[in-house]
Formats: sequence, structure tokens, C-alpha cells
Amino acid sequence: MNLSTLTAEYMLFAPELVLAIGAMALLMLGVFVRDHDKAAAFVAPLTAGLLVVAALVAAFMVPGEGGQAFSGAFVFDPLALFAKVAIFGAAAIALLFAVPYLKAERLAKFEYFVLIALAALGMSMMVSANDLIAMYMGVELQSLALYVLAAFNRDSLRASEAGLKYFVLGALSSGLLLYGASLVYGFTGATGFNEIAIAAASGEVSIGLLFGLVFIICGLAFKVSAAPFHMWTPDVYEGSPTPVTAFFATAPKLAAIVLLARILLEPFGAMTDQWQQVITAIAVLSMAVGAFGALTQNNIKRLMAYSSIGNMGYALVAIAAGTAIGLWALLAFMILYIIGLVAAFGVILSMRTSEGMVEQIEDLAGLAQSRPGLAWTMTGAMFSIGGLPFLVGFFGKLFILYAALQAGLIFLPIALVLFSVVSAYYYLRIVRVMWFSDPVVTFVGPSAATAVITNVAGIATAALVIVAPVLFYLAQNAGFGPL
Amino acid sequence: MTEIGLSHYLAVAAILFTIGVFGIFVNRKNVIILLMSVELLLLAVNINLVAFSSYLGDLAGQVFAMFVLTVAAAEAAVGLAILVVYFRNRGNISVEDVNLMKG
Repeated sequence: MNLSTLTAEYMLFAPELVLAIGAMALLMLGVFVRDHDKAAAFVAPLTAGLLVVAALVAAFMVPGEGGQAFSGAFVFDPLALFAKVAIFGAAAIALLFAVPYLKAERLAKFEYFVLIALAALGMSMMVSANDLIAMYMGVELQSLALYVLAAFNRDSLRASEAGLKYFVLGALSSGLLLYGASLVYGFTGATGFNEIAIAAASGEVSIGLLFGLVFIICGLAFKVSAAPFHMWTPDVYEGSPTPVTAFFATAPKLAAIVLLARILLEPFGAMTDQWQQVITAIAVLSMAVGAFGALTQNNIKRLMAYSSIGNMGYALVAIAAGTAIGLWALLAFMILYIIGLVAAFGVILSMRTSEGMVEQIEDLAGLAQSRPGLAWTMTGAMFSIGGLPFLVGFFGKLFILYAALQAGLIFLPIALVLFSVVSAYYYLRIVRVMWFSDPVVTFVGPSAATAVITNVAGIATAALVIVAPVLFYLAQNAGFGPL
Repeated sequence: MTEIGLSHYLAVAAILFTIGVFGIFVNRKNVIILLMSVELLLLAVNINLVAFSSYLGDLAGQVFAMFVLTVAAAEAAVGLAILVVYFRNRGNISVEDVNLMKG
């Protein structure tokens, strides 16, 4: 290895380097500023800037053709680029949501923002991992930061209970993932995805390798909160501070689902027949739990948790297709879903009365009379997340249906449509409460940043409808090349 | 006298792993036991990795085990910190009482 190849490899790794060095620098900066409020006040915009810079570096500085670095342990390809930009963007939005909330709840500590940056670094490692060790380190870096964020409101019993539950079940899932990784290593003789792909494609599949794959799927199913590994999700969503919940629902889900897709389609692409049944079962269960679990919820954050379980089930249908079209559908669906989530969580963060935050669905009653702007945004978000025609979320689901049917799956698309119909009930219930009930509480105005992001995302759920079919058409004409 | 081979190490690791999983799900008393079970999971994996590494004559498994040890230490630190915060708010660490939110 000479200097120029080393430099070329570091260029592929540039977004992570920017984030890692930036996060450590911000940590130092925060520590050396005596006044805690002041430290938080200027670490927050710097971290948001850092995330934007990392996204720009990923988009423009890394050589466009991508490639592998560090003996194949790290890969930068269009899939990774796409996921990274989305992750950094979602993390920056979650961070901007957090600033006014933390100030109002007297939680403004600069560590919050550094933890978001470190979690984003872990996620960006996850989507670029091309080796079992790199995968594990990425997952852990992300998880450890998220455990602390869940318990960030350390004087609240509910937040610390959420952190404890998330930690125990997250550690269990890391254990499952790791046990699977050790079996895969043992039965293929390598940790690199390239070598595993060769071993998996060569004839007879050993039972040990299959066991390892199933353990890895279970470990990652925990991270994407797919049933039957979803039990932590409602409690963690409810107990964590709301901007942390908004973060949990967006970027980490995208990172974990992209990692799962990469593992199943690249190293284990030759074993599609084996893993397809497992993913089908998990997808159907998730859709069912998401559809029926949310029907009886009164807490909006808890409802969003079940909604997220259900939507991860839809995303798994795209993976179950096992094709390049499925991967396109997965990415399109996740991005459109995240736009809806940003709008929804913007509204949830605006549910602040003069006495503090409220989070019951009844508290939204009469929002159309008291705050028509918020009501329109929430309506757009609910229709889009629910996949009702004709907002952007609908096109995400349509794309998944198309991919699944193209791959010759029959049962999964039918299940997807049926469970979507069931879940439409609770999205429409929120809309009904907002438009056809009388107001019970009045909300105090959200901060400027939250209001702007919320409204932009709300408008996007409707406005992007023009773009979504065009993108679909273009992708179809481009022949769905491998990402 | 039989030779101790790869399968024996794998069996020990599998037994330890199972004990760890059961420790998380069956234990109703104490959150500290959960943390111990998590450590057991990770160390069972380490036995697996080192056994495979020695069997295959490949160093990657031992390097992996080193990474796992490091992460296990970090995880224990974060876990204990969260547990201390929880204990301050709740006043005990019984698993049965971790039930504020359900449904």
C-alpha cells in the first residue's frame, strides 16, 4: 500500500472522518466552556452545521464512483450515499426540533447534540459496513449513543425507565447479532462481506451458516423494531423526551433497514430462498402488530410507535422481494415515510399548553379551529404515513407493491393492502378528532424553527406528489440498476 | 479419552448463550442480574469467535473478540450509568417494578 491508495481510501471515508473529528472537537469545546447554558447554545448550531457539512462531503467530495476501502471492510456506493445524506438530514432536523424543547424543559446540555452526532456517525458506519466487524462497531456506536439519549431527562422516572428497557433489550439484540456474526464467520471462514458472498454462493448451504443468518436477522429486526422483536418500541417511544422519539423514529430506522437490506442482498444474495421465508414471517407479523396494536392507544407517541412497527413491516416487504427494484422501493418508501414523520412529530412537539407538554390524542381535539395550520399539517402527515391516496406516502407503498409483484410475491402484497386498510382507521381517527371535535386545551405557539420545519414537511407531504410519480417513471426507465 | 475439539467449544458457548438469554427473560428480581446476563451473552460469543479462529487458523476471529471485549466494557459503563439514574428516580431496582408504561 502506498500513500496515494491510502489517500484514496480515506477520501471514501471522508464523511465519517468529518463527523468523528467534529464530534470530538465539539465535546472538548463543550467541556471547556464553564457556563452550561452557553455551551449548549453554541454547540447546537455547530453540530447541525457539522451534520450538514458531512452530508455535503458525502455528496460532493467523495469520488462519485465510490468503491471499497480498508481491505474491503468499508464500502461507499450509491446506496450508502443515499442513506447517508438522508440520515444526516434527519439527524439535523431532529436536532433543530430538540433545541427549543430542551430549553423549555430545562434540559439544555451540550452532550445531547454531541450524542446525536455520534449516533449519526454510527449510523453512517452501518450503511457503509462491508465486514461483520465494521457492522458490529457501527451498530454499537449508534446504540450506545441512543441508550443515553433515551434516558436523557434523568430526573424523569419515565425517561429513565425507557432508557433502561431500551438498554437491556438493545444489548440482548446486539448479543443475538454478534452470535450470528460469529457463526457466519465460523462457517464461511471470513468476516468480509465479499468473502461471505463467495462462500454463500458456493453450492450446499451449511446449517451453521443458516443459523448465523437467522440470528443476524433477529438482531437487526430488534433495531428496526419489527415484530416479534418490537416489545421495547412503544415504551421507549412513550418514555423518551419527544425530540428523542422523533430522532428514534427516523434516522436509526433508516440505517438499520438499509444495513439489513445490504446484508441480505449482498453477502447472502445467493441464499434468497432461505431468508425470504423468515423476512416474510417478520413482515406479516409487524404489519399485524402495527395495525391492531395502535387501535386502542390514547397516547400519540405510543400510537406513533405502533405505526412505526407497521411501516417497518411494509419496508420488509420491499426487502423480501430480494431484487434491485425492491431496494429502490425501500429507499423511496423510507424517504417519503420520514417526510411524513417529520411533519407529525413537528405537530406533536407543538402540543404544549401553558402547563407543559401534553401527548394524549384527545388533546388534539378541535385543532382545526384553534390552530388550522397545525391541523392541516397533521392531516397531511397522517394521510401520508397511512399511505392514503393521494399523498406521498401512498406512492411509497405503491412502489413497494410494484416491487413485490414484480418479484412474483402474491401473499405479501395482499397482506400489505389489508393491513393498510386496518391501520387507516387510527390515522383517520386522529384526523376526525382534530376536525370534528371542540377544542379542550389551547396550545402555546411553537418556536420558529419547529414551526418552519413542520410546515415545510407538511406541505411536502402534498407537494411532492407531483415529483413521486416522475421519480418512479424515471427509475423504471433507468431499468432499476443495482444501487 | 476423547479429544477436546471445536464442537465442544461451540457447545459450551451455546450453553452460556442460552443461560444468558434465559437470565434476561426469566429473572424477575434484580436489574443487575440482567447486566450480568448481557455480559454472559457477549462472552459466549467470544468463546465462539476464538474457537473458530483457532480452528480455521485465521486471526480475524481473535481481532473480532478484542473489539467485542472493548464494546462490552463500554456497554457495561452505559448500562450501569442508566441503572444509577433509574435507581435515583425509583428507589429500587427490582425488575417487577419496571412497569410504569405498558399496553
